[in-house]
Amino acid sequence: MLLIHCPCCGVERPEIEFRYGGEAHIARPMQPADLDDHQWAEFLYMRTNPKGVMAERWRHVHGCGRFFNALRDTVSDRFIAVYKTGEPRPDSATASGEGAR
Amino acid sequence: MTLSFRTSKGGRIDRAKSVKFIFDGKTLVGQAGDTLASALLANGIHLVGRSFKYHRPRGILTAGSEEPNALVGVAKSAAAAAAGQSVPNLRATQVEIHEGMVIVSQNRWPSLGFDIGAVNDRLSPLFVAGFYYKTFMWPKSFWNRVYEPFIRAAAGLGKAPTAPDPDRYANRYAHCDVLVAGSGPAGLAAALTATRSGARVILAYEQGEPGGSLLHDVGAQIDGRPAAEWVSAVIAELAGNDRVTLLPRTTVFGYFNQNFIGLAERVTDHLADPDPSLPRERLWQVRARQVVLATGAIERPLVFPENDRPGVMMAEAGRIYANRFGVLPGRAIAVATSCDSAWRAAFDIKALGGNVVAILDMRTDVDPALKEKARAHSIRVETGCTVTGVKGTKRIEGVRLGRISGDTVSSAGSLACDCLLMSGGWTPNVSLHSQARGKLDWHADKGAFLPGDPVQAQRSAGSCRGIDGLAQVLADGARAGAEAAQAATGNAVDVPAFSASGSEVSSGWWLGAVPHDRDASRVRAFVDFQNDVTAKDVKLAVREGMHSIEHIKRYTTTGMATDQGRLSNMNALSIASTALANEIPQVGLTTFRQPYTPVTFGTLATTSRGDLFDPVRRTAIHDWAAAQGAAFEDVSLWKRAWYFPKSGEDMHAAVLRECRTVRESVGIFDASTLGKIEVVGPDAAEFLERIYTNPWKKLGIGRLRYGLMLNEAGFIMDDGVVGRIAEDRFHVTTTTGGAPRVLAHMEDYLQTEWADLKVWLTSTTEQWAVIAVQGPKAREAIAPLVDDIDLSTEAMPHMSVRQGHVMGGIPCRLFRMSFTGEAGYEINVPPSRARQVWDAVFANVERLGGCAYGTETMHVLRAEKGYIIVGQETDGTVTPDDVGMSWAIGKNKPDFVGKRSLARPDLMATGRKQLVGLLTKDGKALLEEGAQVTAEADPAPRTPALGHVTSSYMSAAAGRPIALAMIANGRARHGETLHVPMPNGAIAVEVVPPLFVDPEGSRLNA
Repeated sequence: MLLIHCPCCGVERPEIEFRYGGEAHIARPMQPADLDDHQWAEFLYMRTNPKGVMAERWRHVHGCGRFFNALRDTVSDRFIAVYKTGEPRPDSATASGEGAR
Repeated sequence: MTLSFRTSKGGRIDRAKSVKFIFDGKTLVGQAGDTLASALLANGIHLVGRSFKYHRPRGILTAGSEEPNALVGVAKSAAAAAAGQSVPNLRATQVEIHEGMVIVSQNRWPSLGFDIGAVNDRLSPLFVAGFYYKTFMWPKSFWNRVYEPFIRAAAGLGKAPTAPDPDRYANRYAHCDVLVAGSGPAGLAAALTATRSGARVILAYEQGEPGGSLLHDVGAQIDGRPAAEWVSAVIAELAGNDRVTLLPRTTVFGYFNQNFIGLAERVTDHLADPDPSLPRERLWQVRARQVVLATGAIERPLVFPENDRPGVMMAEAGRIYANRFGVLPGRAIAVATSCDSAWRAAFDIKALGGNVVAILDMRTDVDPALKEKARAHSIRVETGCTVTGVKGTKRIEGVRLGRISGDTVSSAGSLACDCLLMSGGWTPNVSLHSQARGKLDWHADKGAFLPGDPVQAQRSAGSCRGIDGLAQVLADGARAGAEAAQAATGNAVDVPAFSASGSEVSSGWWLGAVPHDRDASRVRAFVDFQNDVTAKDVKLAVREGMHSIEHIKRYTTTGMATDQGRLSNMNALSIASTALANEIPQVGLTTFRQPYTPVTFGTLATTSRGDLFDPVRRTAIHDWAAAQGAAFEDVSLWKRAWYFPKSGEDMHAAVLRECRTVRESVGIFDASTLGKIEVVGPDAAEFLERIYTNPWKKLGIGRLRYGLMLNEAGFIMDDGVVGRIAEDRFHVTTTTGGAPRVLAHMEDYLQTEWADLKVWLTSTTEQWAVIAVQGPKAREAIAPLVDDIDLSTEAMPHMSVRQGHVMGGIPCRLFRMSFTGEAGYEINVPPSRARQVWDAVFANVERLGGCAYGTETMHVLRAEKGYIIVGQETDGTVTPDDVGMSWAIGKNKPDFVGKRSLARPDLMATGRKQLVGLLTKDGKALLEEGAQVTAEADPAPRTPALGHVTSSYMSAAAGRPIALAMIANGRARHGETLHVPMPNGAIAVEVVPPLFVDPEGSRLNA
């Protein structure tokens, strides 16, 4: 079971307190009607599914209830960084590894 | 039977205390401290089971948890066995005997000595690698009827118990600085070092007694005293420290992410009459800052023809049985080896009075000191000599000898013996390091994979990382314990020094098949004993194109037994690499996975079974319904009253009566399980505008609206009635099962897409109990109880909500709404007052000739009106238009979740399935929910169905069965006749609009 650092609570808690929320930084288009079918399908269904570092959403559902973002290595399952919703994606090479350990 | 194989002295068993147990119906005697394996050997019994595939007789091979052959079924007592309470597939080498234990051998019929299934052995040319893949492919129809039942009956190992497990299982969470796996010299040195530094330590070990190899390394001395005494002193020091947890009989079975470790503690299996307050097994879930793996090494079998016959045993196992249990494994014992350590077994057995007939070493350059010692013990020594086969089937009678000369072997006669101890050297036990995702490095000089750099906070110590020699292993354990403690606590740690003597360093090893002079097509040399995989099978897999060790493993099943290849992998790998003419590291090693050894379902489930399997949610009205004799159904975690049978009524009769009563007078229904979310804030209306398909901004305060919620893909996700309580406050209801999903969906958009909106969401599901009162007399039933709300239709029309009080001051939100098609109310009150209100309303309902109704009646009543249930009519691929609810979409809204998707071509295409009603032509047949609907009564095979039945009930109001269905182009088919093919013939149905009662809706406004 992973230990996850919640950037809102500032504590490390076991994975069962959290729910996975899929890939991060996929903003809902401001004017969906302006998108053609292909563009809308890209937004709706296409994900990067990387082997390696991935930015993803988590929600501390059984804690503060907040969504936040994390960089996690999908190969080693290690958290590289956690950061709040709305903050830019950290550089994975220089991330402090606060959410890791 | 006398214990004639017991030595006259030595061993750690209690010779004063006999233990009687039953093996295959026969009463046998062992001593306290015996394992089942040592007790059987003391009785001269080697033959313990039959093998998985060929049903070959098999004996005890090892003395540890890696045992592949001696798997038995164990019951605590004759009474437990008679009651069907037993545990299959336990390893006899791990089972500690106690008085009255009943053991049965496995995989044989009718008896261990005479087994019908052994015919498989004669047919073995048919059962080669990949046999299942090749043989049972054709004809296809035979699989279900012939092959699978036969294979299931013939194969498998133990028998599952027939009675429910009577035992209790417990679990515990723990944290520690350093967790040490293994209590051999490295583990004890590590635990002692870490403990002395002040670290919190957990020491877990598999066996009942700590010490590992020190318990049978009888000549060894540590710090000037016998090793076993040193073990006792160390354990005493650890046990006396309250920062240390000692866990005997505890297997570290799983190494998970971030040093999360699973342990299985066997608490009472070794006791004849355990304290009933103790669980049988306990699951430990430990988060360790640092882990020391001191899991030792496992001796490797030699792969020579007939190496699986009872009487052939690992050399170190023979030494363990002699030194630790006081049992000689035979009367005439030969030793076949390519490794020094097996010589120690010969010397120790000889010293205990055993008869060692010869040491056969494949090497020619054996250490002269060993030869000298053998001469001193008067043991015959043959070097450059190997075993090329055995005589005897249920017990060996002798071995064939071969003289090795280069790559060829010539016959060198035979040797009579009833036990052969073999050793191909040692395989470091890297399972847990591998589970922890650590890489393995190939060390050609040692013929072994050793732990590479760890990925997690762990380190290996001792022989599991290829360290040999007692002094070196102790030093390595102390180093690992100190490093772990320092990393975990930050404290400086003193590394103790241990002196050791009397335990020799071993050298020499062999990998792969042993050469022989036999006809290779006729003999079998086993690589994986439990799965009956031979050297020939591995070579065949390579010939048939399996070039990756992962493919070879799956094709032959080598390494897939309960030891996960701890005995077999290295030999299989070596044979494969020879066949592939490739180096071992290029052929690779399969990954070790959790669990290390099998773990019972009971341990993994712990207390989560029966009533405790899942949480149960009950409403404030639950006890009343139970007292009324209601039948309940599970809806998500809730228990909901399903129907209220009166005496003599079945479900059918009760539901018809309840339905009729609601339509004729009034019914009362517990709707408390509905999900409720309070949506509050200046932007609340704007938020709902975006989340729901419907418009909300113009909804008046005190008005209700049915809300439809889509996911972003445009499919119906949930629905519910929403009331506007104030300008900035909405009372949202959701389906019972959808409440958490809907709240999560709302929070997701609110937090991550529209963080600028000032809206707060609060789950109020458990803050409101909901009493639905429905029917023509609903107003009459509640009016006397309402304090301060005008119930007249003019003041409070259909689809409105008022805040007020009932019964002299109980706060309520009163909804006028209907899920039945009748006029009705839903009284929301605090759960603490709900029962009081319910009792009062029910008294009025009863006086008016009404009744309580359950969820089944609710379902029927709504189906009569064509109201959908999300998840019943819909399945995640249904749009609002599909269920005839385009009216719920706010036409002038620029955007809402799912709107853009509704314009996708597929969602606007013609031919989509649409909600319709179905009436059976005969007016009697009740359709089955889920049944397919077709155009023809007898469609040709593979004709796609037009759709399926989603709801089907007997309707009291319609006087006939009714059904809802999703049918392609359904709305254009009203009046058409379709068919529902069933096993007893197709049922003709007419397609009708999905509305069976009060089409004008006049009853709602009464």
